[in-house]
Amino acid sequence: MEIRKNSGVLKWALIGISAVFLTVMLILPLIYVMYTAFEEGIGVFLAAVTDEYALKAIGLTVRVTVLTVIINTVFGIFASWCITRFSFPGKKVISALIDLPLTVSPIIAGLIYVLTFGRQSILYPYLQGAGIKIIFAVPGIVLATIFVTFPFISREIIPVLNAQGTDEEEAAALMGAGGFTIFRRITLPHIKWALLYGIVLCTARAMGEFGAVSVLSGHLRGKTNTMPLYIELLYQGYDFTGAFAVSAILVLMAVVILVLRSVLEYKGAKSGEQAHK
Amino acid sequence: MAGETENYVELRHINKTFKNYKASDDIHFGIEKGKLVGLLGPSGSGKTTILRMIAGLETADSGDIVIDGRVVNDVAASKRGIGFVFQNYALFRYMTVYDNIAFGLTVNKCKKSDIKKRVEELIELVDLKGLERRYPSQLSGGQRQRVAFARALAPNPELLLLDEPFAAIDAKVRQELRSWLREMITRVGITSIFVTHDQDEAIEVADEIIITNRGRIEQIGSPGDIYSAPKTAFVAEFMGSPTRISNISEFKGYEQLDRTIHAVVRPENVSVTKKTEKSRYPASVEHGIVERVLFRGRELELAVRVHGVLLTANRRLEEARIAEGEAVDVFIYRVYAFHENEEVQIVDNANVGTENLFYI
Amino acid sequence: MGERRKKKKRVIPGFGLSIGITVTMLGLIVVIPLCSLILFSAQLSLPGFIETVTRPRVLSSYLVSFQTALAAAVVDAVMGLIIAWVLVRYDFPGKAVMNGIIELPFALPTAVAGIALTHLTTTNGWVGGFFDRMFGIRIAYTRLGITVALIFIGIPFVVRSVCPVLEKIDLQYEEAANILGANSRQTLFRVILPEITPALLAGFTMSFARGLGEYGSVVFIAGNMPYETEIAPLMIMSELQEFDYASATSIALVMLLTAFVILLANAAIQSRNSKIVSGIS
Repeated sequence: MEIRKNSGVLKWALIGISAVFLTVMLILPLIYVMYTAFEEGIGVFLAAVTDEYALKAIGLTVRVTVLTVIINTVFGIFASWCITRFSFPGKKVISALIDLPLTVSPIIAGLIYVLTFGRQSILYPYLQGAGIKIIFAVPGIVLATIFVTFPFISREIIPVLNAQGTDEEEAAALMGAGGFTIFRRITLPHIKWALLYGIVLCTARAMGEFGAVSVLSGHLRGKTNTMPLYIELLYQGYDFTGAFAVSAILVLMAVVILVLRSVLEYKGAKSGEQAHK
Repeated sequence: MAGETENYVELRHINKTFKNYKASDDIHFGIEKGKLVGLLGPSGSGKTTILRMIAGLETADSGDIVIDGRVVNDVAASKRGIGFVFQNYALFRYMTVYDNIAFGLTVNKCKKSDIKKRVEELIELVDLKGLERRYPSQLSGGQRQRVAFARALAPNPELLLLDEPFAAIDAKVRQELRSWLREMITRVGITSIFVTHDQDEAIEVADEIIITNRGRIEQIGSPGDIYSAPKTAFVAEFMGSPTRISNISEFKGYEQLDRTIHAVVRPENVSVTKKTEKSRYPASVEHGIVERVLFRGRELELAVRVHGVLLTANRRLEEARIAEGEAVDVFIYRVYAFHENEEVQIVDNANVGTENLFYI
Repeated sequence: MGERRKKKKRVIPGFGLSIGITVTMLGLIVVIPLCSLILFSAQLSLPGFIETVTRPRVLSSYLVSFQTALAAAVVDAVMGLIIAWVLVRYDFPGKAVMNGIIELPFALPTAVAGIALTHLTTTNGWVGGFFDRMFGIRIAYTRLGITVALIFIGIPFVVRSVCPVLEKIDLQYEEAANILGANSRQTLFRVILPEITPALLAGFTMSFARGLGEYGSVVFIAGNMPYETEIAPLMIMSELQEFDYASATSIALVMLLTAFVILLANAAIQSRNSKIVSGIS
């Protein structure tokens, strides 16, 4: 093969270009965050991340993320089941709607919730009457986070389910197995790596969502500030060390997520090979 | 077709349309208990749809499906007492051979000890001992088929349905598995229906063949009947590997036929002899030119042009060689003749009876 | 039995439950909020809408968003293609790391990426200082800075879209082209590129669309100078902060429309392509 044979120089040139690009664009920011976070010593770092408001922001981020991931996982599983296992009118519309949040700017995602639950909405008097506060409060943050990560899990599972086909489930149903048994014993082993991968992606985005949450949060320090918002607050207050210290936690999480991702991708590919041999 | 009362499975005036494609057009037939029936037809002829409707995997638009005297239209697939072997077997890829076979019993809450006994019995039957702990990906095609067969049989169904059971298997093993499956089904004594597009497979395995085409049934009968006495033009052209002749009345021995009739002729009914060899019917042979000689392993396949028609004929290897371009004598023993949409008639060469006498 | 059949039976269980949950959730999370956007838009007056979206400051924010997103998507397409090629076709030490790091932009919160990139590219930052001294180019607080942030956000879209297709291209294609006498450049441009164009285009589109709407990573590095480095999402944000929902919605509608047009164009190209390849749409 000519490309391969004469490609010694070209190969290393291309690898070099890629490596430089990725180092400058992706790795350098990581290093920079860690460097700045610990520049003034570990004591300063610890003080910054154990600040009362920092801890509250971390707590809120964890709560929002857990809630979002649970809701989207349930939704993702049911939605993929219904889209890949049945044919029904309106299926294309439903799958298009599920993917829609991917194309909507996070700011616009925030905006549509403001319009739905805000003061000018027809729902507002009822919500007010029932004493429910959604925008500029935690429920709004959760809703916005669910919206921006809505398709994350179904998008990972659907291709696997499509590749698997429906034969196994049909065979099991034919033998009298119920829905839950079929899912647990037949379907889940096929999708488990894709499902975990989707959960990991969803976690990452839920933790880090900024734009949509920013619109809906109201920025109340200690109440509705998630970690990214808290970082913004510190940064704009010129507390760079604090901002980078809290960022460092998110960087560590990102690295953990990338490692998990690689492991899951490897396991998924291996189990796919195994099953399709 | 057998009398309505003795049939174990019956389809009554079934219609089924997918979007704008008619998969079943007034399908009506019955199957006797204990029979091994092959649904044979080209792809897209509606044979798989029939099988899936019997199983309850598809629902007919109209008509009734009866199993064992009970109309099962509204009976769930899992309550119809059937075993189903899928085309690609649909083995549960994340379960061992043992768990695959046990699945139908497990989900129906059978006793553990009963399950164990039944699975062991089936593993014995299909000769998979020692492979119980393997996963489907670690089995050969033939072994997978055995697992699928055992899994379908595990809950003791009354009816076994098989969708293209040999499609996923190498040509070489296929032959072996045909006789294996036939023997197994006979031994178990279960009424079975299988779908195939391969006529050799249907002829070899089935007790009875149902030929489907464009959503309709063309003919039902024993393999022998179907092969030697095709009733419709479609069957005549589908079975064997025949050549169509539209000017059959120009051929010696068939002058009595209507000029507008079509005919098909099968290779085994064409004899080709060299000019130097003695033909059995010297007065009725046609002059032909050999255009192609193909080596088929067991025999030679000749393509011979006669009256503008390219006929296919076989010739044994031990006979004198024929070269491409050689002029030969061609004799056609028998054709299947038909007008469009009319029943097929078997027409033997008019000279067979008479000329024969000279040589005996 | 009558001729009419009741509801179509489904063999695999769970249809009712799964479609029920899917439709309910979809309604609550996506459809109702979108409807309220549409409802609210219907109340806008057309002159008011046109007045808002043609304000010079708004128009220039669209231009900034469009320019920077397009430039970033082009860079991502080129670099993404090279990286995908390197990852699929070559073996080299550190490949696993490169493969893992490529999705960092998905994993790293955009705000963190934003502040880190900003500090790196200011005139006294590690990278920004270098460019300033060597070429007199400023990155942070310019459109170039916005583009850099969008390149960061968009790169995994291209790589993730191209890699699987590149993996699937059979070496036999290339060998066939070679035997037919094509040299390696011809093979690349006439055989391989056409094969991956749809995937490359899909990745390009995704990174472009994402770039148009991106906020978190951009807002720090942009500097947010009106007419200069103010992006459209920021315009929406500032209208929202002044509780001017009508203006915010008007600006958002134009952005949504643009995003949908881009995605529809991509979908049309993709389906035309799959028609060529598979004969079915």
